[in-house]
Amino acid sequence: MSTAGRAVAVKASARPATRRRLRNRDWVWGYAMIAPLVLGLGVFYLWPVVQSVYYSFTEWTLFGDATWVGLRNYEQLLTDPANARALRNTFVYGGLSLLGIPLSIAVAALLGTRGLRLVSLYRTLYFLPVVTMPAAVAMIWTWLYNGDYGLVNYLLSLVGIHGTSWIAEPSTALYALVAVGIWTQIGYNAVIFMAGLQSIPSHLYEAASIDGAGRARQFFRITLPLLSPSIFFVSVLSVINGLQMFDLVYLMLRRGNPAREDTQTVVSLFFSRAFEEGAKGYAAAMAVVLMLITLVLTVIQFRVQKRWVHYA
Amino acid sequence: MRSGGRLWPVHLVLAVGAAAMVMPFFWQVLTSLKTFTEATRTPPVWIPSFEWANFAKVLDETPFLQQLGNTVVMTTGRTLAQLLFCSLAAYAFARLRFPGRDVIFVALLSVLMVPGQLFLIPQYQIIQGLGWLNTLPGLIAPGMFSAFGTFMMRQFFMTLPAEVEEAARLDGAHPLRIFWSVMLPLARPGLLALGVLTVLWSWNDLMWPLIVNTDPESMPLSAGLSALQGEHMTDYPVLMAGSLMASAPIIVLFIIMQKQLIQGIAFTGSK
Repeated sequence: MSTAGRAVAVKASARPATRRRLRNRDWVWGYAMIAPLVLGLGVFYLWPVVQSVYYSFTEWTLFGDATWVGLRNYEQLLTDPANARALRNTFVYGGLSLLGIPLSIAVAALLGTRGLRLVSLYRTLYFLPVVTMPAAVAMIWTWLYNGDYGLVNYLLSLVGIHGTSWIAEPSTALYALVAVGIWTQIGYNAVIFMAGLQSIPSHLYEAASIDGAGRARQFFRITLPLLSPSIFFVSVLSVINGLQMFDLVYLMLRRGNPAREDTQTVVSLFFSRAFEEGAKGYAAAMAVVLMLITLVLTVIQFRVQKRWVHYA
Repeated sequence: MRSGGRLWPVHLVLAVGAAAMVMPFFWQVLTSLKTFTEATRTPPVWIPSFEWANFAKVLDETPFLQQLGNTVVMTTGRTLAQLLFCSLAAYAFARLRFPGRDVIFVALLSVLMVPGQLFLIPQYQIIQGLGWLNTLPGLIAPGMFSAFGTFMMRQFFMTLPAEVEEAARLDGAHPLRIFWSVMLPLARPGLLALGVLTVLWSWNDLMWPLIVNTDPESMPLSAGLSALQGEHMTDYPVLMAGSLMASAPIIVLFIIMQKQLIQGIAFTGSK
């Protein structure tokens, strides 16, 4: 689950209307009760951001000494073609993962059908990929995608298609991974959409029925507009998750895979630079750039939302 | 039953989708019970010869039970710590008044907007500096604190009526006492939802364990699977057995705690 996505959630609720009297002893207790958390988040999260930004202007020796190199890491970021490729892949991944949204809405809408039985069974089945360990998911799909013995190619052969080695082929690997990503997210998104659908008042549909609006018309005129806040939330989350793509890339494109070079994402590249090659200053610069990109994309999404999201 | 008859197209579409969700798991289980020769036969063998040796191999050739223990300790440690620290702070943020409260709260929440990669290098250095690489404390420490959990619990506390604690206050109980004996019991649904989300995240977490615990004995299952995959590149029956064993506990837990997990997720979408 993405952290930045939750930030979207956070904005809405500042400043509670507390109606209690101010008491002096509250001060001490208040500080004491937040102290462990503030300390932990400060040491492990807030201060590290400052440090990372500093590191992005340094270069590290083998012994872990950092020397100031100014903007050199950032210059290198621009010249290394691996970065441009990883960035492109990351955008493709983030963008294509939006394709899962219509599927999730369809699942949620169908599960919300009045009088439908077996809803909880369906929900459990759609949710299995969400709760399964990504490391296990990666293994299962690596096997399913196997060029010679994989189930995917066997099923394709039944309809006369000769499949390839999906994740060992530079032209297909990225899209094969996107498909797995969507597969793991449909259940999660559908749960959010189901909650959104339940909050739509049923009298709207009744009124529409009386006015003679059919099922399809009701869906496009009532359901979709009123679901738009959920759609917005899920799309921000999908893009951020896409930008954070790591587990599947790391596990499905192992060393020796011919598609590995061409299919790296920003985060997988960050991981190998920082923790496999020890180029921590350079990797910190990558992280800073990723933060800026995430920020810009989120701001754009918030700007554009005003045109299509209806808050009831 | 009348409506059931009319709904068959809905069932048809949902069933096709459900088959697409379940097929990979079916294939995983089926393969884990095959011999290597059966697994690499085309067309596929649909009735396996129940090769339980695949599971034994995972137990024999990897420190699976050790890694299972590591995962349980890591997940329990992170989850209990988050529940305690987050709800403690969340109560203070929701109900107590002290100078700088809202500023501190917003500052903590800013953590949610930053991609995790900005924390990782310094976090690694801290753990290395403490000599905690390849230890359980190193695995657990950063995951004990969560801005998201604090936000979630604060929202929850704010929905609870103020009257209950008002009575305890008038009796002279101090805030910690009220938190512990009045509010926390009322917050059970919120704690459960956060707990289930944290367990799920922690059990499946891969990147942090890969960074700090590179010794197989000290890895959790997620990183252990990655190592298993590195060694048994093409022995698919063994890999499927291992992945099944590693993910089964959390799937069982999900089936038991489904309601809480769904509530937790619906919460993240509604606020």
